[in-house]
Amino acid sequence: MHFRDRCSVLSSAGLGPEEWQAILLSLKVAFWASLASLPFGIFIAYALARWQFPGRQWLNGLVHLPLVMPPVVTGYLLLMTFGTRAPIGAFLQDLGIVFSFRWTGAALAAAIMGFPLMVRAIRLSIEAVDTRLEEAASTLGASPLRVFFGVTLPLSWPGILAGAVLAYAKALGEFGATITFVSNIPGQTRTLPSAIYAFLQVPGGESAALRLVVISIVLAMGALVLSEVLARRVSKRLSGGERT
Amino acid sequence: MSLRVDLKHRFSKFSLDLGFDVPDGITVLFGRSGSGKSTVLRAIAGIFKPDQARIMLTDRVLCDSDAGLCLPPHKRRIGMIFQDARLFPHLTVSQNLDFGRRFSERNVPQREVTQMVDMLGIGALLDRRPDGLSGGEQQRVAIGRALLSGAEMILADEPLAALDEARKAEILPYFERLRDEIGIPVLYVSHSPAEVARLATTVIALEAGQVIGQGSAEAVLGDPAVLPVGAGGAGALIRATVRGHHEDGLTELDAGGEALFLPHLNADAGHPVRLRIAAHEVILSPERPVGLSALNILSGTIAEISEAQGSAVLVAVQTGAGRVLARVTTRSVAALGLRVGAPCHAVVKTASIAQDNLA
Repeated sequence: MHFRDRCSVLSSAGLGPEEWQAILLSLKVAFWASLASLPFGIFIAYALARWQFPGRQWLNGLVHLPLVMPPVVTGYLLLMTFGTRAPIGAFLQDLGIVFSFRWTGAALAAAIMGFPLMVRAIRLSIEAVDTRLEEAASTLGASPLRVFFGVTLPLSWPGILAGAVLAYAKALGEFGATITFVSNIPGQTRTLPSAIYAFLQVPGGESAALRLVVISIVLAMGALVLSEVLARRVSKRLSGGERT
Repeated sequence: MSLRVDLKHRFSKFSLDLGFDVPDGITVLFGRSGSGKSTVLRAIAGIFKPDQARIMLTDRVLCDSDAGLCLPPHKRRIGMIFQDARLFPHLTVSQNLDFGRRFSERNVPQREVTQMVDMLGIGALLDRRPDGLSGGEQQRVAIGRALLSGAEMILADEPLAALDEARKAEILPYFERLRDEIGIPVLYVSHSPAEVARLATTVIALEAGQVIGQGSAEAVLGDPAVLPVGAGGAGALIRATVRGHHEDGLTELDAGGEALFLPHLNADAGHPVRLRIAAHEVILSPERPVGLSALNILSGTIAEISEAQGSAVLVAVQTGAGRVLARVTTRSVAALGLRVGAPCHAVVKTASIAQDNLA
């Protein structure tokens, strides 16, 4: 489909290219934010749920920090750490990885803001896994890693799914840290909330803002419904189809 | 294959300090709840770490705390059957059975799986999930899963305790087949005298973390001084074979040449039978009694008389059929002049040999 045709299709749906761009970018940022943070989320949640180590409470606090700090502060700290003139940012830039003022930066900010929610949900479900089953698996010859992948992970799947969806929904709505860290560049870092904010700043932008507001609500609801459906399907599988 | 265990561990309430050997067959670790039986089993499996341990499976060191060596559970090649079956809820029965094969480096051929499924009668359950199975079915799958993990030995932690009588009767025969057909050594924890009598080749009696008696099932159960579950659970084990069935519904057994009569037993002539004769069901008489309704009168000599516990003592009578324990009052001992070495007759009512004490 040619670009002009596509534009006409979009405008018939009531959306301008700028709005469409913000939606697609938001979906991309949220998708990668939750997917890329998932392995870290599972690891940290497992460590907090099952291991006793010095500094466990500190790690727990650190993970929850983005939840209680003003998002602007988180964004500023990200800028200080991953900005191109900051030591880590400069080092990563030499490796060809740039976060500041790119969509990747938006994904990073969204991932960090959603991380506490993700870890919390996964941790709860790992804690709910019966350790006696893990014991049984080890007596059957499964190494700790195989116990994890064969028993713990599949049994905590509903919580992992819930955590990923929560992080995804949080990422769709993330504004403060994102705009502080990567600004509000159309096509690069202008996600849905940034776009709504931008439209509200110009005269006559209210109708576009309203359309994006509606779409935000639809996307958020969609994510919730999807997670509910998946979680039900998984828990049905886990319980042998007895419960609903 | 044999297991040697030496353990020491201090708990706040008692300490565990014991050593024993587990030969082939079923060895029952027999004692009250809280005597440390399950802890011993968990230590052997490697899911509990005692203060001090030395555990050898034939010539393989599983744990030697002096040498600082302790294998993790998955490297011990010891299968465990738990009281709660502990099947994996996210896997089907057949995936549960395969778990040990899939996740370990042990190689168990598919042929053995088919045989095991046949033996345990779980062929119809293979595609189902554990949630929909009865307790007995779950435990059967758990037995198969442990056996198919390529284990060199099986630990069973009160595998029948959570089941009702009917389910127990359903599972017991599988342990007998384990003992008689598969020949894998089993260490079986129990506090039930009936289970011990039915299954045990060897008994290790445990009390408060110490071994208070060990040996063949007949010797330990027939010892009036070893009462791991109290005098109420005392009862000797007698081995016999079926001699034949009588028209009046009785089955005649041959126990060391002596005839024993039982309510009808569903077994062919020549079939071996173990019977537990509860000590409180046995009557003693210095003279051969006449005019009694009881059919089984075993004559012998008194081998041992235990110390009095309250008003009762346990008397062991060595008869032609084997050792019989009788629980009698101290008053009767005095009145009848019962003493070690004196001739004595043990009277056992036919009906008192309960069906669940038979195998």
